[in-house]
Amino acid sequence: MAIKVIKEECKGCNICVKACPFDAITMENKVAEIGSACTACGVCVAKCPFNAIEKTEDEEEKKGVDLSAYKHIWVFAEQRQGKLMNVALELIGEGHRLAKEISEDTKICALLVGDNIEHLADECFEYGAEEVILIQDPLLKNYTTDAYTKVITDAIEEFKPEIVLYGATHIGRDLAPRLAARCNTGLTADCTRLDVRVSTYIEYAKKNTTLDTSTLDPNDPSTGIKQTRPAFGGNLMATIICPRFRPQMSTVRPGVMQKREPIAGAKGEIKVFKPTIEAKDIRTEVVEIVKSAKELVSLTDAEIICSGGRGLGNADGFKLIKEFADKVGGVVGSSRAAVDAGWIDHSHQVGQTGTTVKPRIYFACGISGAIQHLAGMQTSDIIVAINKDADAPIFEVADYGIVGDLYKVLPILIEEWDNAEALHDAAAK
Amino acid sequence: MAFNILVCAKQVPDTNVIKINPKTGTLIRDGVASILNNDDANALEEALRIKDKYDDVVVTVASMGPPQAQDMLMECIAMGADNTVLISDRAVGGSDTQATSNALVATIKKAEKEMGKPFDLVFAGRQAIDGDTAQVGPQVAEKLDIPQVTYVEELTLNDAMDECTVKRNMEDGYEIIKVKTPCMLTAIKELNTPRYMTVKGIFTAKEKDMKVWSAADVEVDLETVGLEASPTNVFRSFTPAPKGKGVMLSGNTDKEVVTQLLVSLKDKHII
Amino acid sequence: MELKLSIEQEILKRTVSKFAAEQLRPIASEVDEEHQFPYESLETMKKMGLMGLPFDCAIGGSGADYLSFAVVVEELAKECATTASIYATHIVRCCYPIVKYGTDKQKESLLRKLFSGEYLGAFGMTEPNAGTDFKSQLTTATLDGDSWVLNGAKFFVTNAGFADVYIIIAITDKEKLIKGGISAFIVKNTDEGFSIGTSENKIGRCGCPTAEIVLQNCRIPKNRLLGNLGDGANIAKDIAEFGRIAVAAQAVGIAQKAFDMTVSYMKERKQFGKKISQFQALQFEIAEIITNIEAARLLMYKAAYLKDVGRHYSREASMAKLFGAKTAVSTTNAAVRLHGGYGYMKDYHVERLMRDAKLTEIDEGSLELQKMIISTSVIGK
Repeated sequence: MAIKVIKEECKGCNICVKACPFDAITMENKVAEIGSACTACGVCVAKCPFNAIEKTEDEEEKKGVDLSAYKHIWVFAEQRQGKLMNVALELIGEGHRLAKEISEDTKICALLVGDNIEHLADECFEYGAEEVILIQDPLLKNYTTDAYTKVITDAIEEFKPEIVLYGATHIGRDLAPRLAARCNTGLTADCTRLDVRVSTYIEYAKKNTTLDTSTLDPNDPSTGIKQTRPAFGGNLMATIICPRFRPQMSTVRPGVMQKREPIAGAKGEIKVFKPTIEAKDIRTEVVEIVKSAKELVSLTDAEIICSGGRGLGNADGFKLIKEFADKVGGVVGSSRAAVDAGWIDHSHQVGQTGTTVKPRIYFACGISGAIQHLAGMQTSDIIVAINKDADAPIFEVADYGIVGDLYKVLPILIEEWDNAEALHDAAAK
Repeated sequence: MAFNILVCAKQVPDTNVIKINPKTGTLIRDGVASILNNDDANALEEALRIKDKYDDVVVTVASMGPPQAQDMLMECIAMGADNTVLISDRAVGGSDTQATSNALVATIKKAEKEMGKPFDLVFAGRQAIDGDTAQVGPQVAEKLDIPQVTYVEELTLNDAMDECTVKRNMEDGYEIIKVKTPCMLTAIKELNTPRYMTVKGIFTAKEKDMKVWSAADVEVDLETVGLEASPTNVFRSFTPAPKGKGVMLSGNTDKEVVTQLLVSLKDKHII
Repeated sequence: MELKLSIEQEILKRTVSKFAAEQLRPIASEVDEEHQFPYESLETMKKMGLMGLPFDCAIGGSGADYLSFAVVVEELAKECATTASIYATHIVRCCYPIVKYGTDKQKESLLRKLFSGEYLGAFGMTEPNAGTDFKSQLTTATLDGDSWVLNGAKFFVTNAGFADVYIIIAITDKEKLIKGGISAFIVKNTDEGFSIGTSENKIGRCGCPTAEIVLQNCRIPKNRLLGNLGDGANIAKDIAEFGRIAVAAQAVGIAQKAFDMTVSYMKERKQFGKKISQFQALQFEIAEIITNIEAARLLMYKAAYLKDVGRHYSREASMAKLFGAKTAVSTTNAAVRLHGGYGYMKDYHVERLMRDAKLTEIDEGSLELQKMIISTSVIGK
């Protein structure tokens, strides 16, 4: 597979040079030349107005493994101190969907590794797992790279799963690359979308992306995994495949996939895999595991910011903002007006003369949206504005606007925040 | 004998500056500098702190990339690294993380051969800002057959320099881990604040030992590197659909409006 | 010809720019308003090796060149003109003359400490009645056995009170004056009879001290004469020429910063339903401004380049200073105006740039003096 320039067709227009995300194309004597940084991503193929760039598939048989020997989807059901991580349940849900898309007899299996964790199998079954592979040993009580890599590699060799999914947690992202290297297979990090059927991929792409899907065949029977992930700080999305090696492995961002509705009392088969592990296999020693509420993050690093402005009316308003921020795991910000009024310290100020922020969600409560404030927050991923004045400029940059009294809206939002999932499910029905 | 530290580094476009042309949906690279990857700068800083503290420590920086990556390696020298090795070859171009780690490991082994002994400590940044994969570090560790600790936010090396006590960042706290050298540690920004380059470092960088090796020089198996050998390939790439104009939520009661908001946020996986 | 910075100069520019953005930008307003000397930033600059930047590694310098120095001053001035002033004074008016005119012994005892930043440098020449016309000065130095005894007062001394080493210009022969009657001396803050007088209340660059220094029977060893007896006028002229490059670099930095802030403001500010950057009248003004800045920068680079290759650069330095200062003042004026009401507010920082820019017209000789130098180079005296 390679990207080739059809020299006769190339007009030297430079569009591909600018389009290449990897800076891999140069113009030599008015003809595009593909350099060594090329990853065959195909952006240039789509952008070329003269159809002068093509992606060629190699004829020759490339090295790989016997794909048909691998079957079923595994989810690394990460547990810490005998408690399953939420992402594990999300992945069981997602894996269930993928398994059924591959074929009726493809099973979704949860891989449980630890010590004294049999009780977690039921939870896996309730959330959709059909099989649990249980690997237990006192040496596996706490996560260590060496021990987990060894026993999981052995299990993979024994059972040969087709796909292995991990949560992109600090443990998943430590373990998965090591496993992929040892199993000599591909791994895609931090995925936000998975597909196996080309038809579902097309559906997704049409709805959410700018991708030209005309070159994709909805009747394509292949079920290789298509792993979509953000690159370049989310500015570009790439869909990655692993056509020649197995198992196909992905780490998946927590919070992205959907859990299944749990079915109480659901059961499945438990396969116990006896690990061969000795203390000398583990080259790190976990001295201490400390759980701590993270210190208050700074505005610049915050994922969620809840800001209040003049619309609060008085300093006490920030108590409500603080309560809201605590609820959503955010940091308190403010407009300049609120700082000038003496309601809150300058260190909370967002804007031209305060801090420039780019959180995932920015809640602007009672902030009109003076240019000096907008300058500091308008590149936030999602902006939610709550203001009494429907004409406030803040609504021009907001993704979601609510015209209303923040003293009425916020308490409801605080109350309902944890019910978001239930509300969402109810709305879906 | 010298205590040899290796730091794996990558040259990346400064994605803080990268913008998307909203009309064409392409990345605007004009005027975007290529820099030393942020986490890698933390990795190098930690290595340099060990060098500052102990005698006879040699810090080598290894990278894979186009010839221009030498500029980034000059920056590493200007911060205080002793020497650098760059593997630059069309044959390794387009590598995914697995193939990249193969090329880097071959490079590291070649450097070890020239030094006559293996590295005592290997650092890498947790992840590169252009790919965000966080995979190359652990994969290099696997192939060098050394233990790893990722997400390192604090490091103490004992005076015998044969054991590291590491504070490993976790989402819900931290772990304290002990590991013997040689090992791979991947740095996060909480680990330290990288020093600025020195003027003298910049202007004398070219006098330093900055090797550029081809795939043949490092004797890597060509079947294991480059686009062709990579297990993963890019199937398609695209820009996310542009952010549409915002929606004004309305309803008969505040409760209805809040419900709408939460449903929308949940629907788009924002919460 | 190749009109681009070397890779080393590029990297240096990027590093200093990063430092300035991270450490100077957050403090610049406070430094200015509270009249704070930026100690901490200077500590970092010392570690980076900036304090001996353009001088040979062999004598303890950092091994860069004058063009690099100009690039650094520009980057510092973008974020904090106070820091740029302190820094340029140290290099141009103290380190440079010692490197060029000092005896081996003087170099040995002072340079390493100056380059490492242990010592900060300053320079005293101006007097109440003697600015550009420095032959009207009254400070004298008389030989008394093994010592020089200095008497008089110097005005507008940048870094006064914070510097350790001062280059002082004084009359050694009233008859000869500029024909060999003026000499330069190295005075230390610890010398007997040396004291700091009143501090000035400036309109800009308020974090960098400008004060009077008083020399009252200030007694220094004979070997503190810098250069030959009677060289003072030439040394002062040499410093001023080099200094004009530094002033031009500050001017370009201040102008560029004002320009960048204005453009980003114009892209955000909406009036009459569109961004003000979409009004053609303003677009044309932007075109004029950036052309001036680029021209000023090229003049400044050229002067620095000529100095690096050892060619005569007096005319080019004056041109760079003349055009740079005009550009800085006009650009910052426009920046305040284009920011509208916000521009007049201290929060938006452009007004500080306007005040900082004004000094570039005055520092290292008036614009009229630059014109005299340039026209003389064309027409002759």
